[in-house]
Amino acid sequence: MTSNNKRPIYMDYQATTPVDPRVFDEMKPYFMEKFGNAHSRTHLYGWEAEEAVEKARQQVADLIGAGSKEIIFTSGATESNNLALKGLAGFYGDKKKHIITVNTEHKCVLDSCRYLEREGFDVTYMHVQKNGLIDLEELKKALREDTLVVSVMTVNNEIGVIQPIKEIGAICRERSIFFHTDAAQAFGKIPLNVEDMNIDLMSISGHKIYGPKGVGALYVRRRPRVRLEAQINGGGQERGFRSGTLPTPLIVGLGKAAEIAGKEMQAENERLHYLSDKLYKGLTDNIPEVYLNGDAEHRIPGNLNLSFAYIEGESMLMAIRELAVSSGSACTSASLEPSYVLRALGVGDDLAHTSIRFGIGRFTTEEEVERAIEIVKNNVEKLRELSPLWDMAQEGIDINSIEWAHH
Amino acid sequence: MAYSDKVLDHYENPRNVGKLDEKDSTVGTGLVGAPACGDVMKLQIKVNDQGVIEDAKFKTFGCGSAIASSSLATEWIKGRSLDEAASIKNVEIAQHLSLPPVKIHCSMLAEDAIKAAVEDYRSKKQGEEKQKVSA
Repeated sequence: MTSNNKRPIYMDYQATTPVDPRVFDEMKPYFMEKFGNAHSRTHLYGWEAEEAVEKARQQVADLIGAGSKEIIFTSGATESNNLALKGLAGFYGDKKKHIITVNTEHKCVLDSCRYLEREGFDVTYMHVQKNGLIDLEELKKALREDTLVVSVMTVNNEIGVIQPIKEIGAICRERSIFFHTDAAQAFGKIPLNVEDMNIDLMSISGHKIYGPKGVGALYVRRRPRVRLEAQINGGGQERGFRSGTLPTPLIVGLGKAAEIAGKEMQAENERLHYLSDKLYKGLTDNIPEVYLNGDAEHRIPGNLNLSFAYIEGESMLMAIRELAVSSGSACTSASLEPSYVLRALGVGDDLAHTSIRFGIGRFTTEEEVERAIEIVKNNVEKLRELSPLWDMAQEGIDINSIEWAHH
Repeated sequence: MAYSDKVLDHYENPRNVGKLDEKDSTVGTGLVGAPACGDVMKLQIKVNDQGVIEDAKFKTFGCGSAIASSSLATEWIKGRSLDEAASIKNVEIAQHLSLPPVKIHCSMLAEDAIKAAVEDYRSKKQGEEKQKVSA
């Protein structure tokens, strides 16, 4: 048995990240002393809160080359994605009824699109290529006269691939179609510029970049102006796009996290590349039949999604309990379906069930990576020894040639 | 998800992992499930002249509960007659391992695997009988 008193090594940075201590320090005063409502105009408490919020707005804007007035604070990327898509649909939906997105998007984009379909919109769900990236020619073919928005995520949460955002932006701008990108996994991780990339709307999350949970932002372009129908009505805060009292400490945290991410991005990426290469080599050099899911080049270094053929993901998670990672296996999902993202890549269901996502980040150490390699290596052999599919493969039987009774 | 101690025990120390010679006429093999569904069980039995299962082996591709279910199944069927083995119900396996509702299908697969192995052995025997009669 592995020791129970030690907490597992955290390797699930795509799910969430711990708050950076520097971020936490920045947030602290806004819980107790500077607790004012940023919308109170009549006294110091309100003024200092407003000042803090505006500073954070600038910090977020700076990281993507935007103006601070173009940043709307929300509760997170899910809300931002909902506001972007439903907001556009609400405002422009009379004339433009077509939406293009991709079948590997986050559930909150796909679910918002499903909702809009029920409201009478027409949605094209683009397929991705084997490497997880969209084909730009196919995007061009999907565009219509009445296309309202193209929504493509910058970095995929499951497999870490980076879509050709700049090219997509250029295609959309040329035809005056709005371009929205869910950048929850990209903001603070890779350089982004809303001008260079012709992005009209960008969803941002706090807790993926060592900021607090419960806060995010939506970039909304002012020139040429993008209008949205508010999804939360009330006091008209955030230029009327999003009512509700702003959570000052959370926003301060998001701002600080964005500032740190901007300053340290290059050094951090170099370090993560080194660790991720080490992890990848350590696993694939030592273990046969391990496959990388998603493009090998166009990806962020913090995400390594690997399929360990012939070992079901959940039993792998159980064996490597000392590591906190996630799996695309059906058994780990509520729906008992294997990952829809991996299926969209054309990864066979059998391999989708064997996928493990290693997510490394700011606080991952080299020792942890070395330990992870060791743990996985030690368990793969045992689990394959248990696997009838591994036996068949060793005997040269193609498991796809067998007629399985699906249940 | 938290696993019961019994599941953990079978997972950490699976009983009767391995394989028997499929071509041996005293061996019955059951292969159930599908890779695409995330679980495949191969369960084999070796039956003596008295019709008693004297050995059982398994290999499983699947989650911890699937591994534990098949491990337990091999443990239970050893020393039993074919009829006794084939009458083991998935509920007994599920209860013994305290499987949560989402894992019940693992115990069903184990029941199917036992039945498939018994069936395979019986059809082999029948084939032999026929050959004897015609000889």
